[in-house]
Amino acid sequence: MGCHSQILAESPILEQVRESYDRDLPIPWTRVHDLPDFVRFDHSIHVKKGVGCSSCHGRVDRMPLVAQGSNLQMDWCLSCHRHPEGTLRPEDEVFDPAWRPPADQEIRGRDLLTKNSIRLKPLTDCSICHQ
Amino acid sequence: MKDYVAPHLHEEVQRREFLRLMSASLALGGLGACTRQPTERIYPSARSPESRIPGKPLFFATAMPMTGGAQPILVESHMGRPTKIEGNPLHPGGFAATTAQAQAAVLGLYDPDRSQVVKHDGRISNWPAFLGSLREALDGLDEQGTGLRILTETVLSPSLADQLWSLLNDKPAAVWLQYEPVNRDTARVGAKLAFGEDVLPIPSFEHADVVLAIDSDFMTTGPASVRLARDFAARRRAHETGAKLCRLYAIESAPSPTGSMADHRLGLSPARIDALVRVIARAVGADVDAPEVASLPAEHRIWVEALVADLTASRGRSVVIAGELQAPAVQALAHTMNAALENAGATIHYFDPIEMEPVDQVASLHQLVDEIEAGDVRALVILGGNPAYTAPADLDFGECMSRVPFCAHLALHEDETSQRCGWHVPEAHFLESWSDTSAYDGTASIVQPLIAPLYEGRTSHEIVAALAGFVGKSSYETVRAYWKRESFTDDFDALWARSLHDGWLAETAFEPRSVSLSPDLAVNLGEPAPVFEGDRMEVHLRPDPMIWDGRFANNGWLQELPKPITALTWDNAALISPVTARRLRIEREELVEIECERGKVEAAALIVPGHADDCVTLHLGYGRTKAGKLGSGLGCDAFRLVSSAAGWSSVGRLQSTGRRYRLARTQLHHNMEGRDIVRSENIEELSSGSSSTHSESSGSEDQHEEREHTLLAPPAPHDGPAWGMVIDLSTCMGCNACVVACQSENNIPIVGKEEVLRGREMHWIRVDSYFEGHESSPEILHQPVPCMHCENAPCEVVCPVGATVHSAEGLNDMVYNRCVGTRYCEANCPYKVRRFNFYRYADFETPSLKMMRNPDVTVRSRGVMEKCTYCVQRINEARVRAKKEGREIRNGEVVTACQGVCPSSAIAFGDLNDPDSKVSRLRSLPQHYGLLAELGVRPRTTYLSRVTDKNPEVEKA
Repeated sequence: MGCHSQILAESPILEQVRESYDRDLPIPWTRVHDLPDFVRFDHSIHVKKGVGCSSCHGRVDRMPLVAQGSNLQMDWCLSCHRHPEGTLRPEDEVFDPAWRPPADQEIRGRDLLTKNSIRLKPLTDCSICHQ
Repeated sequence: MKDYVAPHLHEEVQRREFLRLMSASLALGGLGACTRQPTERIYPSARSPESRIPGKPLFFATAMPMTGGAQPILVESHMGRPTKIEGNPLHPGGFAATTAQAQAAVLGLYDPDRSQVVKHDGRISNWPAFLGSLREALDGLDEQGTGLRILTETVLSPSLADQLWSLLNDKPAAVWLQYEPVNRDTARVGAKLAFGEDVLPIPSFEHADVVLAIDSDFMTTGPASVRLARDFAARRRAHETGAKLCRLYAIESAPSPTGSMADHRLGLSPARIDALVRVIARAVGADVDAPEVASLPAEHRIWVEALVADLTASRGRSVVIAGELQAPAVQALAHTMNAALENAGATIHYFDPIEMEPVDQVASLHQLVDEIEAGDVRALVILGGNPAYTAPADLDFGECMSRVPFCAHLALHEDETSQRCGWHVPEAHFLESWSDTSAYDGTASIVQPLIAPLYEGRTSHEIVAALAGFVGKSSYETVRAYWKRESFTDDFDALWARSLHDGWLAETAFEPRSVSLSPDLAVNLGEPAPVFEGDRMEVHLRPDPMIWDGRFANNGWLQELPKPITALTWDNAALISPVTARRLRIEREELVEIECERGKVEAAALIVPGHADDCVTLHLGYGRTKAGKLGSGLGCDAFRLVSSAAGWSSVGRLQSTGRRYRLARTQLHHNMEGRDIVRSENIEELSSGSSSTHSESSGSEDQHEEREHTLLAPPAPHDGPAWGMVIDLSTCMGCNACVVACQSENNIPIVGKEEVLRGREMHWIRVDSYFEGHESSPEILHQPVPCMHCENAPCEVVCPVGATVHSAEGLNDMVYNRCVGTRYCEANCPYKVRRFNFYRYADFETPSLKMMRNPDVTVRSRGVMEKCTYCVQRINEARVRAKKEGREIRNGEVVTACQGVCPSSAIAFGDLNDPDSKVSRLRSLPQHYGLLAELGVRPRTTYLSRVTDKNPEVEKA
């Protein structure tokens, strides 16, 4: 239940969540961002290094029905792994759904690369994602 | 077997069907994007279990019950599924690593052939019906329980023994019997001969300079093998011990991993061992009636004189260890020698045996057979074990037990014994059960379940509770209540929690005890066994190094795991020496008939240098008729040669049948042909700097013996870690635990005997064994060969699709989704470590096997190359953890699967860019070398040559 025991606790749309909790039965979610099984993806390190949620998942806060935010093709992954400076955000802006790159993102991004001690070379190794 | 190992062999896809499927997929490909995945559902827990984070494994401590003593382990659990077994470094008994069998226990749990339902007379039944029938049978007996017999394996579980004792208290006429084919019967008699009481000797190598192993494979067999291998290896690393190594002499019939580690090894038949040990015992000062050393034939005299001189010069600093299956007289002689050499209490300690109720097990089974024949047994409950298969042939237990009116068998598989029992109850695997057990030193461990029983499995605790009238009492209640009663603590909950966490119960270990020699020992030893030559020879029966007494027969990992030294898979063979083979005109893979007093079997001959002459070794556990899809019908049943009177050594005739039988071995040539693939040197050569490794070195800084001039570009420097591995050949004993650990960690499939015959086994690491020197007393050398992760990797330059490329940290990455299966890389690999999926070896259908997989490693399909990745998933995991904590990966933080399991710590892995890492330090040693380094491939996996400590007196001869 977590948050919804407090927020929108009575909302009819959350009936399924309450029922799941009461009956101890999982809700069958549909996986929207589904990577092939030969790809390993670790959320925690991306969040830690300054890749924001909306950079991959899109504006989930404005989606009536959640849709895939990006194509998840390998060249899309690599575009960022090759040039993370275009996407990196300060730590406190990672969860901001409305974040847009500021005009001087290239400079800020390069600073974040140094600050978060990101080594670029291993980021494009095959075994970083395929193991 | 083929039903699920190699489904590809049976897929009869018709051309028309193929075209239909292809056109459907082409149509789909045209309509949608080809990367579109089928919709996947996620079922998150409604209430998340404590500390479970999806994607993050948890580790739980438990213990694997095994003959002679438990193996304490940690089990890796992914979302509630046990997937990998590791040693438990917290255990005080020294179990930081594991045996090969413990690694394979995961497959044992998920084995699709495990029995899944209660059966009555072969028909599906259920637990309540069984309980009803059991009640009826018990009601038919009197109050005293007359006619009730309970047959267990050796009970090491304190709470189960407690249950049985209290049951016998209620029903004093009932009898609890124990039988397991590999037991301590001869060791017990031997100890009683020597000391008048039963004790368990445990050597300690810390202060031992000379060790004599008498047919004792102490490094891979027995409940303390993991600890003994580690302790012994610690005394064999020349770079740590300095100039003095712990010198090992071995006398054994068939070459074993321990024997292959020996500086001096004699291959002798069991009877000759008996005779020779008496001579040695007398010479070291034991009061034994035996000939003098001088009377020995020349080839043994010098050897024995040198050994005796060494032993007597190291009084209090030597150990004599006799194998537990040796004749009682040999056991007693070993005890006597340790006393005479003042080793007792210094380098060898005596403990109370850990069996809850020590009994003579063969006598126990004999008694049961007699009682059944007399019609005294009304109800027989067999808890575990497979006595119909493992009983000595002369008892004909299988036939006998079917005469008991009520007979029930609790077992993991519906096996030979279940077949003859009215009732069969599926047993819960130890990874599904609550129980307790003891390690060799008496330390008790709670066995805790990692998963709810997959099928209707029950434990022995539940059956005994039902026998005692406590139907429905769970194993958890029984075990917890027992320890609550025994622990005498106010805060039992805290003790329980700590014991579960640590994997052992405090203050349960036994203290070493003092023993005194029996004065009439010399009288009781009896005459040495007669030596046979000519067409009668000794038949030396031993448990299989992998499938043991047949209990792991249906475990494909252990079946396909090459047996140490012979590299044999999927079969047992008649092992004979080259001399005996020539004398009897027997060739390799010729079917021979071994005829003993009790029966005869046919086995394929395998000629093993170093094996004793006039003796044939046959491993038990094969010839199963009802083991499962994999284990039935392989090899021959050596139990048919076991007689209850003759014990482990019997006498028989060996003759050729003229027919041939193909044995699937993973190594066909054991001769280095004069090359220095495995380098070996004596400790003086090493310390004097004249070692082979040293002199041949080109003097380049990092000890690579590569050519000075090369057209290849120098490797680009990298500021992160540079992964490398160093394998110490001084301590590798060839037990193959690394192979099965790698298999479990990396989702490596088994391929079956037919494919092994074609050389298509998939193991990512192999252990090559070589024989050097004379065929009767060769040096046996081992060399684990994983991927070398060459800096100038020959495989990479020939891949037309870039499926194998180098990573910044120096890994030779394999990208399965790019591989198109040209196999050019395999052809260009000088080390032959690449493996190709000729068929779809991985099982994508069987549900239980899907649960077994490591979710962090891709399951490979047909047409794809694969090989050792240095456990890149573990490196990645460590890197992410380090980065999140804002630091670099710590020295020693990444442990590969092969490194973690190695009982003798022969494998080191780490960062070559870190001068303080273990690999960097080992690379600077004079005995460091790279295999085929002259090719200029700059291997990242390198070796320390094998350093021995030969006695110059023996060498002179």
